[in-house]
Amino acid sequence: ASHKKPDFRGATNAIKTSKYNFFTFLPLNLFEQFQRIANAYFLVLLVLQVIPQISSLSWFTTVVPLILVLTVTAAKDATDDIRWMDVQVGDIIKLENNQFVTADLLLLSSSEPLNLVYIETAELDGETNLKVRQALPVTGELGDDIENLANFNGEVRCEPPNNRLDRFTGTLSYGAQKYPLDNEKILLRGCTLRNTGWCFGLVLFAGQETKLMQNCGKSTFKRTSVDRLMNVLVLCIFGFLVFMCTILAVGNYIWEINKGSNFTVFLPRENDNSAGFSAFLTFWSYIIILNTVVPISLYVSVEIIRLGNSFYIDWDRKMYYSRSDTPAEARTTTLNEELGQIKYIFSDKTGTLTQNIMIFNKCSINGKSYGLKYTGQKDAVDFSFNPLADPRFVFYDHSLVEAVKLENPEVHAFFRLLALCHTVMAEEKKGELLYQAQSPDEGALVTAARNFGFVFRSRTPDSISIVEMGKQQSYQLLAILDFNNVRKRMSVIVRSPEGKLCLYCKGADTIVYERLHQSCSKMMDVTTEHLNEFAGEGLRTLALAYRELDEDYFIQWKQRHHEASISLEDKDGKLDELYEEIEKDLLLLGATAIEDKLQDGVPHTIEQLSRADIKIWVLTGDKQETAENIGYSCNLLREEMNEVFIISGNSSEDVREELRMFLGQFCPTTSCFFHRQAFALERSMELDFLRTACLCKSVICCRVTPLQKAQVVELVKKYKQVVTLAIGDGANDVSMIKAAHIGVGISGQEGMQAVLSSDYSFAQFRFLQRLLLVHGRWSYLRMCKFLRYFFYKNFTFTFVHFWFAFFCGFSAQTVYDEWFITLYNLMYTALPVLGMSLFDQDVNDVWSFQHPELYVPGQRNLYFSRKAFFKCAIHSCYSSLVLFFIPYAALSDTVRDDGSDVADYQSFALLTQTCLLFAVSIQLGLEMSYWTAVNTFFVLGSLVMYFAVTFTMYSNGMFLFLPSAFPFIGTARNSLNQPSVWLTILLTSILCVLPVVTYRFLTLKSLFFSLNFQVMFKVRQAKVTPPPPPRRARIRRTSSRRSGYAFSHAQGYGDLVTSNRFLRRPAVSLASGFPPVGRTTTGFSPMGRSAGYSPTGRPQNSKVPDVEGTSLQMFRTIADPPL
Amino acid sequence: MVKEEEDSSNRPDNTAFTQQRLPAWQPILSAGIVIPGFVLIGLAFIGIGVGLFLTSRDIQVLEMDYTGADGSSPCSVCYNLADKNCVCTMSFSIDSLIKGPVFFYYGLTNYFQNQRRYGVSRDDKQLYGDTSNFASPNSECAPYQYISNVPIVPCGSVANSMFNDTFELFKNVNGQSLPVPLDGKGIAWWTDYNVKFQNPNVTPLINAFNGTVRPPFWSKNVYELDTTDASNNGFINQDFLVWMRRAALPDFRKLYRRITDGDYSAGLPAGNYSLKIHYNYPVNGFGGKKKVVFSNVSWMGGKNEFLGIAYLVIGSLCVVMSVVMLIVYAKFKFPEDN
Repeated sequence: ASHKKPDFRGATNAIKTSKYNFFTFLPLNLFEQFQRIANAYFLVLLVLQVIPQISSLSWFTTVVPLILVLTVTAAKDATDDIRWMDVQVGDIIKLENNQFVTADLLLLSSSEPLNLVYIETAELDGETNLKVRQALPVTGELGDDIENLANFNGEVRCEPPNNRLDRFTGTLSYGAQKYPLDNEKILLRGCTLRNTGWCFGLVLFAGQETKLMQNCGKSTFKRTSVDRLMNVLVLCIFGFLVFMCTILAVGNYIWEINKGSNFTVFLPRENDNSAGFSAFLTFWSYIIILNTVVPISLYVSVEIIRLGNSFYIDWDRKMYYSRSDTPAEARTTTLNEELGQIKYIFSDKTGTLTQNIMIFNKCSINGKSYGLKYTGQKDAVDFSFNPLADPRFVFYDHSLVEAVKLENPEVHAFFRLLALCHTVMAEEKKGELLYQAQSPDEGALVTAARNFGFVFRSRTPDSISIVEMGKQQSYQLLAILDFNNVRKRMSVIVRSPEGKLCLYCKGADTIVYERLHQSCSKMMDVTTEHLNEFAGEGLRTLALAYRELDEDYFIQWKQRHHEASISLEDKDGKLDELYEEIEKDLLLLGATAIEDKLQDGVPHTIEQLSRADIKIWVLTGDKQETAENIGYSCNLLREEMNEVFIISGNSSEDVREELRMFLGQFCPTTSCFFHRQAFALERSMELDFLRTACLCKSVICCRVTPLQKAQVVELVKKYKQVVTLAIGDGANDVSMIKAAHIGVGISGQEGMQAVLSSDYSFAQFRFLQRLLLVHGRWSYLRMCKFLRYFFYKNFTFTFVHFWFAFFCGFSAQTVYDEWFITLYNLMYTALPVLGMSLFDQDVNDVWSFQHPELYVPGQRNLYFSRKAFFKCAIHSCYSSLVLFFIPYAALSDTVRDDGSDVADYQSFALLTQTCLLFAVSIQLGLEMSYWTAVNTFFVLGSLVMYFAVTFTMYSNGMFLFLPSAFPFIGTARNSLNQPSVWLTILLTSILCVLPVVTYRFLTLKSLFFSLNFQVMFKVRQAKVTPPPPPRRARIRRTSSRRSGYAFSHAQGYGDLVTSNRFLRRPAVSLASGFPPVGRTTTGFSPMGRSAGYSPTGRPQNSKVPDVEGTSLQMFRTIADPPL
Repeated sequence: MVKEEEDSSNRPDNTAFTQQRLPAWQPILSAGIVIPGFVLIGLAFIGIGVGLFLTSRDIQVLEMDYTGADGSSPCSVCYNLADKNCVCTMSFSIDSLIKGPVFFYYGLTNYFQNQRRYGVSRDDKQLYGDTSNFASPNSECAPYQYISNVPIVPCGSVANSMFNDTFELFKNVNGQSLPVPLDGKGIAWWTDYNVKFQNPNVTPLINAFNGTVRPPFWSKNVYELDTTDASNNGFINQDFLVWMRRAALPDFRKLYRRITDGDYSAGLPAGNYSLKIHYNYPVNGFGGKKKVVFSNVSWMGGKNEFLGIAYLVIGSLCVVMSVVMLIVYAKFKFPEDN
């Protein structure tokens, strides 16, 4: 149902979105393809070949491979293009329910009342709720009347294609009127139509111009280091080719003068060309013959191998996450081998390392510690006594429930505090109590209190209703002493139903301790012990305390508080003083310990990756305390790293000083914190910064903006010559994902932004180890093996021509049959090497995990480097000498067993090419360490095919069919029945292989190969799979001297909950410096970190550039389902 | 708790291929394989080498240079080809019987039949008897394509440069020179004689060559190369076929005749022989040498000591290397038991 609108913008102005049409495809595509250097080079070769004086090879030797390559590429381009062929800008298309929107559309009309349509935008931003779009009434009248729609004559003026998913501006001129267009009338490619019978839309952007595609757009085209090396090598090889041809041309010149001039009796020179001219022609002739050193099939094969290895990633069930039904995805198919060379990983924290779920795990009440870790055998506490309990909350220590049931006053006070001292909002929906918490920590604490019988039900600006052990109670809320990052605590002052005034405070242990009453000192000691224990486990701790207030004092304080809050001058300072005054002589209640739930397997993955000598830097916008806690809980920081170095200067000078100091007193087990990067990233200091960071065992950068994340990555890329990987899940990681050599997106956490710009995506951080240690390592190994072997086989093939030149008067006579030259790379050796590059594995995945050290050779570029390439060339040189001179000596001056010719050119050609094929096939066998049935079939099949093809080509029938194309008739029959020919083949094969085997055997110990060898040996010897890797329990630390305080809370919510403003409000755009997050938030959607909510209804405080946008979120404590 | 399988449409297939678990043979270069392997290969090679060497040593070869470049040679009179029909005679003696069948070769050195421009200068269609190419030979044949617009058949440098010395062999018995019968049948490849080269389907053969001219160096037309045997003419003349199969290397020999008939079926007996050479082929221009060779063959073909020696050397090297490896292995103790 597509109707062309020829008058749209004037037909000539229509934007074409498919690159080709049926007629232009061939010429345009060919033109594009020949713009690629490699293809152009082969075109030049082809031109050379049709010049009779130069042509040393028949045209088909180049044309057949060239056509094949062009066809494959053209087919790929065509399939890419065909998808866009039918949709053009200006078309009106009809969509039906559940259809996928294929272009960016202006909604014209719909089946639903008021021209509404419902769409799902999960593909765009990951949100699964339905959104509404509404057409203009004027276009809505068109309905589904095809006639009317076809006659629809309007003009749209709109913004140029861009990547803002949440914004659209334009106008529709229709009739005499102009109508403004905004995002509400646009259906973006990537949406799915839901609950809507049909709708009509006008295509505004199609193909690459759609917002989705604009978002996918790579800012830079990424190339792998192997690619770059390959390009350098190809240039070198090309230089070498010219060098060889020059030598041969000079040889030809000398030959022509010394011998050729005398030989004119039998071989007259045409038009009496001079020796110089002959040498000139010979140069070009040899360029044609020796061009196989840079074979056209190299690039095609490399692409095929990468594609194949990318498919393995897509197919891997061990990287499939069943809970979200998400398989891993290789979104870029050209970077595989780089995955095996990663040296630096830059990771986001929230959503990547952590699940962004907080769990109330332990607590210390009145000097008694509660809470046990889930170990599989313990029963969870039964909360059925409490009808309001959240069924998802799980706790394993029964003694705490007992304490609650026994009405232990301290325990009750503890939970009462948790139920009162917070800024959570409660909402009852379908009889279910839901909490909207600004920070996940608070959500966890309030939920814990709820389950233990202190249920927070609702709040008004001046009261809080809770159900205490089944009894409804209402507390009068007198003041909220709000949280901020300096105070590190928050308090509420409430009047209990009994009329008692009480201040409840929760905050950082260090801060709260300073404000405790002296009577608590004993309990302080015990609680400190517990806190240290909690901190040692990487839990986030808060200390809880209360104080009963004197009525008179409070009234007086309240008065002053009111004055301060309305004062215009230094309001914050005055308030702080007041808070300071009242929050003292507190009585300690205990402490809470919250687990910032890591994603599954994160500590193990990090440990594995560091064993593979990969450095992991965490770059987070979060606070230092939070980041530090995560650092400890995921094994990035360890207690033995006694020297935690924190760089947090507030000016360039401070930072410079700190860096200097650090460089002066370096100690190897240090970890580094960089707080507020801006100064350290200044040009003058970036090297100091990098040097410092690289000396550290682990590096955590906190409070970094997305831009700074990218800068850190760029910095490492710029100075370290290493391969970097960035992994993240949110919009704020996009820049770093794009900047790194490889970007990995965690899918399914925070929308699709990170995934859309990533090269690889999967659902869980732990899959990273499989991506690198298994897929990356194999891809790198395979690519290197492929390149080494590929260069070997082509060099060997070509060098034989070089040696022959010295015996055929440098006349550019080929050694082999032309058909063999044509088919060598295409048929005889293509599949075996492809098979190796798709199936080879030195050790299987389980062993790869057992020995992460196996990853190191990739980082050091050991398998394919200039040195390896040079070795390869030397090896080829040797093999080619063997392959030329052994048949030379074996055939020279001899005859068949019936006395007739066998030293003729054709027999010699056949013998040499057969020897060559055997030699390279056996060499492949040596390279290959994993012989699947497919590999065996390819290797043996290629040899069989060689003989089949050879006998066919040399048969009577083929000759009779085309006498000039198949002059080798009978050669195979006449020479391959000679024992001496087969003895020669055996001799060359063995001679080519022996030195390789000897060399490998003798150098196994010294080379890095030895490690692989050892592992391989172990595997082969044992013939068993290793024991399943022990499920590493998190390394237990008994105690820590650092504070475990962390609280991802922001200032401002105290005001909010005490004000009369209602929660539901449109989102306010984020503070500047934040990239478009691609999210339309209509109404309050309490999900996602970056939803962007400013509680005070004004742009965020510009004095303190908070990187994490403050947001209201709905967090629930969810029990971790057993794995 | 775990709600599985209800919506796992994206779960990748569990096949050995997609999960990269294809069963495979994983050989490894361990000492247990390499060292015995070397010994075995070494011994086998030595065995083959001894066999080849002995076989090759048994082959008898008699080789004589008749170029005439130095004055002492009987053919030095003909060297400059001043005389059109120069004939020279070489005398030689054979000490012991050369066992039959004996093959008679002529050899050329420094002769670049493998030169590219030389090699392509022929017309396979013409030689296959395609008369359309008689009228217009392949352009590759130039400059032996036309002589003043009359097409040359057979065209091209290869045909033009056909070797045209002829030989007669006599055994001197009691002062008498008895001719030794020379057999020129079947000296070319069967496929060349029966498939690749064919005379045009015209009788008499001469008519097919109307309007063509013979190659400039030739003294006879291609249809009258062999005056003794009418069927041995045209493109399927055995000497022509042998010549047209160009040599791979600059020094080569080509089969001229076989000595199998009559008294000589057992070989060339000891005695004195004389070889009468009709010296026509110029080699002085490019410093080539001409020679004749009498030789018998074995199962492995003509005499070639290289293969035997090479096998012996490689075999011995293998054995030596296996010993070296054994020492290295014993000394460093590879990580088997690690």
